Amino acid sequence: MSHWPFIIASYALTIVGTLGLLGWSWSAMRRAERDAEQIGRDR
Amino acid sequence: MHIFANPARFLKIARPMTGWLGWGGALLAAAALGWGLFASPRDYLQGESVRIMYVHVPAAWLGMAGWTGIAAASAMQLVWRHPLAAVAARAIAVPGALFAALCLATGSLWGRPTWGTYWEWDGRMTSMLVLLFLYLGYIALSNADRERGGEGRVTAVFGLVGAVNLPVIHYSVVWWNTLHQGQSISFVRASSTIDASMLWPLLASALGFSLLFGAAVLMRMRAELARGKVEARLKRMARE
Repeated sequence: MSHWPFIIASYALTIVGTLGLLGWSWSAMRRAERDAEQIGRDR
Repeated sequence: MHIFANPARFLKIARPMTGWLGWGGALLAAAALGWGLFASPRDYLQGESVRIMYVHVPAAWLGMAGWTGIAAASAMQLVWRHPLAAVAARAIAVPGALFAALCLATGSLWGRPTWGTYWEWDGRMTSMLVLLFLYLGYIALSNADRERGGEGRVTAVFGLVGAVNLPVIHYSVVWWNTLHQGQSISFVRASSTIDASMLWPLLASALGFSLLFGAAVLMRMRAELARGKVEARLKRMARE
């Protein structure tokens, strides 16, 4: 049995999962900080 | 720790730290994964499948470290009422759950060529699955509490009680007969049984993913603080 498909699947899952988490966290942070800046200006 | 309890002071440090942790972690993790995939040796017994260790072990450590962080932040919230402690605990939950899930998935993929099975209900795997369920319960409880405008004390108690599972995961390979291999890395007595050619890329990978974990937690804390600011201002505007 070749081990490489299992290795590639493990690395792909980890990379996609980590990048997904970072992208999601970054976009949520940018959106929330933009809203906070906007409401601060509108006051 | 009390110094960082002030959100303004925390943000002053967190803003530059987010980029440093994110980019530093990305570079280190990429280098470590390349090292693990192409430059580290195959294992004499497990063959090429040992390369899964460079993603599986950091994921396991971060899954457990995440709950340790939740428990510590929960204790700070309950004892000292740190304003940032609840924010930190909530920010850790999703990254912690992700790494616990990655640990289970990559462990399963490692198990098939090594043990001949994707899953076995043994102590280590079952206790790690329990940790993932604890994370999901914590996230649900924390969201429900937040929607009700609660102070998060019940969530903090849950965070502390859930820490009981951490020693069970750690000692599961000692207490019970298990398919999972025993501890091969020890920082206490310098008695690691893993060769240095595998230990260094593993430590580099663990550090790289830890920095990325830290960056994700800081981003989520900053998002929650900004949302809190908006909510407070909207409430004030509604009263005026």
